Amino acid sequence: MERKLDLDSGDIARCRDAAGAIADEVLGFAAARSTVSIERAVLRWMGVEGGDTDCIPLVNRVVDAAAAAGLLTRGVALPFAEAVRATGMTPSDAARAIAEGRLDLRAPDAEFEDAARATARSLSAAGSDRVRRTNRTRQRFLERLGEGTRPLLYVIVASGNIHEDTVQAKVCARAGAQVVAVIRSTAQSLLDYIPEGATTEGYGGTYATQANFRIMRAALDEASEDVGCYVRQCNYASGLCMPEMATLGALERLDVMLNDALYGILFRDINMQRTLTDQAFSRKVSAAAGLIINTGEDNYLTTSDAFDAAHTVLASEFINEQIALRCGLKPSQLGLGHAMQMNPWREDMFLYEVAQARMAREIFPDCPLKYMPPTKYMTGDIFRGHVQDALFSLASVMTGQGIHLLGMMTEAMHTPHIHDRTLALESTRMIATAARHLEDEIEFKPGGIIQTRARVVLGNAVGLLEQVRDEGLFGAIAHGRFADIRRTPEGGRGLEGVVVKEPGYWNPVEDELDALLAQRAAEVV
Amino acid sequence: MTTRDDAPARAVSGLDLHAVGPYGDTLGDGIVQVSFSLPVPAGPEAREAARRLAVQMGLNEPQVYHEADLGYGFSFWVLYGKCRHHVDVTRIVVPKIDTAPLSFEEINALVLEKAGRRLRIVGACTGTDAHTVGIDAILNMKGFAGEYGLERYPAFEVINLGSQVSNATLLAKVRETGADAVLVSQVVTQKDVHLSNLAEWVDMVEADGLRQDLLLLCGGPRITHEVALELGFDAGFGAGTTPRQVAAWLAQKWVQREH
Repeated sequence: MERKLDLDSGDIARCRDAAGAIADEVLGFAAARSTVSIERAVLRWMGVEGGDTDCIPLVNRVVDAAAAAGLLTRGVALPFAEAVRATGMTPSDAARAIAEGRLDLRAPDAEFEDAARATARSLSAAGSDRVRRTNRTRQRFLERLGEGTRPLLYVIVASGNIHEDTVQAKVCARAGAQVVAVIRSTAQSLLDYIPEGATTEGYGGTYATQANFRIMRAALDEASEDVGCYVRQCNYASGLCMPEMATLGALERLDVMLNDALYGILFRDINMQRTLTDQAFSRKVSAAAGLIINTGEDNYLTTSDAFDAAHTVLASEFINEQIALRCGLKPSQLGLGHAMQMNPWREDMFLYEVAQARMAREIFPDCPLKYMPPTKYMTGDIFRGHVQDALFSLASVMTGQGIHLLGMMTEAMHTPHIHDRTLALESTRMIATAARHLEDEIEFKPGGIIQTRARVVLGNAVGLLEQVRDEGLFGAIAHGRFADIRRTPEGGRGLEGVVVKEPGYWNPVEDELDALLAQRAAEVV
Repeated sequence: MTTRDDAPARAVSGLDLHAVGPYGDTLGDGIVQVSFSLPVPAGPEAREAARRLAVQMGLNEPQVYHEADLGYGFSFWVLYGKCRHHVDVTRIVVPKIDTAPLSFEEINALVLEKAGRRLRIVGACTGTDAHTVGIDAILNMKGFAGEYGLERYPAFEVINLGSQVSNATLLAKVRETGADAVLVSQVVTQKDVHLSNLAEWVDMVEADGLRQDLLLLCGGPRITHEVALELGFDAGFGAGTTPRQVAAWLAQKWVQREH
């Protein structure tokens, strides 16, 4: 990575040190805990699928039964494996029997414990095999069709009906989209279960379900063949079901998942103990499954001023990076988030945005970086909005961003219509083509506006990260250091789903993940 | 900031206010642009379909200026035409917020003098809506468009419940705090669900016997004062509303109601 900004490498190192200490604190906290969603993810990995007659997922019924029987603090895997072993049923059938009260969930008697553990290991290994096959399929697609040029053009579909979404997604792929995300139905992040089945009604988006994942995957595979480029599928490993979403992503060949350490705490008022514990497990899953995670610090700028709070985004990128690396993700899997959100009427706004975008690029040279378009100052004047998005696209191309979320001229109005996306794709491709090698050609004036801005933002991030390290991340969030939003360790949704592990807690899927990660670490980046 | 506001607003010469239509470059030309997609591939038949649709929309002499095939059976169209309809502007009556624009100091002085205490304001983004940008712009200390939010006013005590608050939770909070006014924000909406949610809120307040003790406000990009009144609110505030407009309305309405 050519260094154009004359950033202080001492400042960068201090940021990484402080963020590393913060990550250690968070992961130490998480390691002592599990959550209902982690335990449900374990069951999904072990092959449990489907819902009961009321469409409540079987994994919820089993984990609820384990909690009621006082078994959760030692992990659901062993008692569940014992149920499978003793009955000889498939995982889904055993789960259904437990849900219907035909089968009790209990720890194995001493004489069967080894056999139950062997069953648990074998079910977990079957999940790992499926994830390995999924990774290989993706790899073969990429080798055969390629991913197209970067930045990867990322669009969102959100009709509420998965079947409409697939139509929209294919049209996007034809217009040049390389990543298609299905926005989830509003408030799905607050559901403590993943709905079952294909869905045709949603509010502000489409429910993320295992069936919907498969339907969209098939459509995107078809479109990939049509356009001769592998189109990645994106969804959200976030909210109360974060670990399960990551697991479904791993099993159903999603390629990109939104996954942020702090987003749910700040913007969805999810309890921080819950989400940070969920986070650690989810990231291991994403790492093992070869998923790219997109982090969400760009959202801070929707509530804070984008000029004054630029350093909070950078600080959060460091924290997300350090947590992710410790969970086994490679830099090439880190779509660290940032955004162009300054007031477009601020003089030299474009220079400041280029400075910040380039700064992130140079500080995280091996991460793809997810660059988000203007939303805060989009107005409903679609003609002006199209120009704002053009400025954004130019900044993105000239600073070498990896994943480019397309701005929509109808941002702030409605979820995009079919031509909103095709117009955005066309204009962005035009700009990317017209300015393809601009990045290589430019140098920045020493001590000029751009270099100075980048150095100031980095310097401010040092101060913030060292303050957060000293306060502890939980304390820093309680003080409103991010996005001007305050949350307390006991507040928010989902705390009741956190359990402190007892001695003897066992999670065979985590063992499998560690093995997969060791294997991946030995492979090339 | 973004436009030159000093251009004089005066009636266009030769205009008949009884028959106003769109303007391109000549009074009365009726010029309109429309763009849309069709679920058929581009081609001569689709082009004629687009043109005929424009005629049915009320456009004379529609011209297809751009067509693009989007693939998978869809096409995109840009047309211009001459609108054959017009509107009698003199007969239009739109309910508007009728309170005077007061300054930060005037608002505080009015409330503290007449009420002798702070007004208690509860705000929430209700239903499944997670977008607090509107309610935060009005309530939060730092405000919006260079104006302080209501939290900064000595005249108001603000309780901002944030996003995804159910109407039942909001009602419980209103009872608990003895609120004087409630602000409900609805930003992202689909298939008009915000309207039913807002109507339900007013019904609940009335059923609970609290209606006469409360000023009910709603806001959001798809809210107008007129819609708010229809739904049973006391006021509605649309996009671009500043905190001071809401504050001035609250102060004056509360005083009017109590005196």
